[in-house]
Amino acid sequence: MPYAYRPFPVVPVKTPDRRHKVAIVGAGPVGLALAIDLAQQGVASVVLDDNNVVSVGSRAICWSKRSLEILDRLGIGEKCVEKGVTWKVGRTYHKGQEVWNFDLQPDPGHKMPAFVNLQQYYVEEYLVERCLQLPLIELRWKNRVTGVAQDTQGVTLTVETPEGPYQCHTDWVVACDGARSALRGMLGLDFDGELFEERFLIADIEMKGDFPSERRFWFQPDFHPGQSALLHKQPDDIYRIDLQLGWDADPELERQPERVIPRIEKAVGHADFRLDWVSVYTFQCRRLRNFVHDRVIFAGDSAHVVSPFGARGGNGGLQDVDALGWRLAGVVKGRDPAILRAYDRERCFAADENLLNSSRTTRFMSPADGAEREFRDAVLALAGRASFARPLVNSGRLSRPCTYPLPGADDGLPQGARPGSVAPDAPLPAGWLIELLGDQPLLLALGCAAPEVPDLAQLQLDRTPEIIARYLGPAPHALYLIRPDQIVAARWISADTETISAALTALWSPLS
Amino acid sequence: MTLRTHPNLADPDATYAALLAAHKGLTPEESHALNARLVLVLMNHIGDAETLAQALDLAKKA
Ligand SMILES: Cc1cc2nc3c(=O)[nH]c(=O)nc-3n(C[C@H](O)[C@H](O)[C@H](O)COP(=O)(O)OP(=O)(O)OC[C@H]3O[C@@H](n4cnc5c(N)ncnc54)[C@H](O)[C@@H]3O)c2cc1C
Repeated sequence: MPYAYRPFPVVPVKTPDRRHKVAIVGAGPVGLALAIDLAQQGVASVVLDDNNVVSVGSRAICWSKRSLEILDRLGIGEKCVEKGVTWKVGRTYHKGQEVWNFDLQPDPGHKMPAFVNLQQYYVEEYLVERCLQLPLIELRWKNRVTGVAQDTQGVTLTVETPEGPYQCHTDWVVACDGARSALRGMLGLDFDGELFEERFLIADIEMKGDFPSERRFWFQPDFHPGQSALLHKQPDDIYRIDLQLGWDADPELERQPERVIPRIEKAVGHADFRLDWVSVYTFQCRRLRNFVHDRVIFAGDSAHVVSPFGARGGNGGLQDVDALGWRLAGVVKGRDPAILRAYDRERCFAADENLLNSSRTTRFMSPADGAEREFRDAVLALAGRASFARPLVNSGRLSRPCTYPLPGADDGLPQGARPGSVAPDAPLPAGWLIELLGDQPLLLALGCAAPEVPDLAQLQLDRTPEIIARYLGPAPHALYLIRPDQIVAARWISADTETISAALTALWSPLS
Repeated sequence: MTLRTHPNLADPDATYAALLAAHKGLTPEESHALNARLVLVLMNHIGDAETLAQALDLAKKA
């Protein structure tokens, strides 16, 4: 059944409008998630969106473990897993032969799976439902931002509505207005990077099928000669098919059902399906040089865009929210605004990692003529015969949270929990460790008692096999300071109150 | 590891002849493809990134 779009109620804004602490432009996954994060920290926001329905067409479908953990902290993670199709294995074929496969979660004992596939419109629907439970959030549909002016005191947005324009005054603006960001344009900011001269047909089809819950990718399959293809299973008997078309393809023509249907028939081997959504895309890898421009902060696709093979767009955007929410909430509550520089630094670092991975994949899939294509074909030709070539086959390096370069990595405790990384999950006698982390700083005392530290909550846990493997290694015990975004800020085998206090204070320092 | 740049082949003429023999009868495209596969095989055999960087450097400068 096609997704039933229900328009959200458009409520006229009473003018003059009250002054806001935070205005979020764009109610995509990033803007909505940020509003929830801020509200959970006690900070009010208004969300302005030029539309009044969730994402038209599915776009993002693959949500990573880290995104699910973030969405869980925001209150909708379990719902996404319940509705979504869970998968962890990806298989890559060359001319009918499997040449490479990966298992993204070989190690059990995590609340969230490696990935679920779930249409973006469901994720946005759940986020909107969650927003509506939080009185600190005001959602304003059919509010298009058309102007921005800022000074040292705040920002004034010009907003067009069905009732006419009004001025929205706010201390902070977060631009979550997507890849074609109007705010980016209005501030005249460069969006540097590369465009790939390649076109992809992206289609969602509804069919009864018994395809496995795995990601399947083909280079040069018989059903689509010379090009590549990707198949993903989604809920509601919907399948995502990506077909590479080449740069010469005519996007208008290729969108027509009479062109699309025969291509898909060949890919799935029958004609018993319904076309749900079709689009032809050209992909880009670009980012803003900086994400913080005085009182206007960029997050999600407005700040960076990647090609989707690797699912690093939406997943990267949710990690922006994670890194920004607690800091912006802190600033609204009176902390030094300079701490936003740490958001800028961390997420530019992460964006570079995502851009690097996505552009490498795109080049492998769509090599330039000459040496690039020769080596790509050589890798594929060898992969069937020699195992060394298989890890070189690149059909997408799937989104993983980046580890921020924080000091204190080499202290003999496990590398997977070094400062800057997401605190690893672990099963507890009741529930999961990850459920107890986040929203505020926390001191984890593992296998020992922790000294009292003013203004710092503590959680003491016994040594279990997972805690030992993921947090302790050979150490008998350890203390971990966890940030509100569940990132390890600092860790010690043992530490006194002053040391821990200093690390807590450093969370709010722009240099941390 | 440092790239070996001193002579390392027991029978240079025979090895060189073997390389030519592998390309015998190939079209230029087939030769390119063979070379590409060969580079990848040897690259993996070497393994060490520093040695490879030196090799790339030497090849580019020659
Ligand atoms: C084919 C395809 C497949 C993808 N697959 C994946 C995937 O599997 N996994 C993944 O993680 N990502 C994927 N992505 C990327 C993902 O869709 C985006 O990264 C994600 O939507 C970004 O969210 P966002 O909230 O930043 O922006 P958007 O979702 O674009 O939301 C921006 C919002 O701002 C609103 N807006 C724009 N301008 C204004 C204005 N002037 N005033 C008010 N409101 C405005 C828009 O209406 C929109 O609601 C895919 C993308 C595509 C195209």
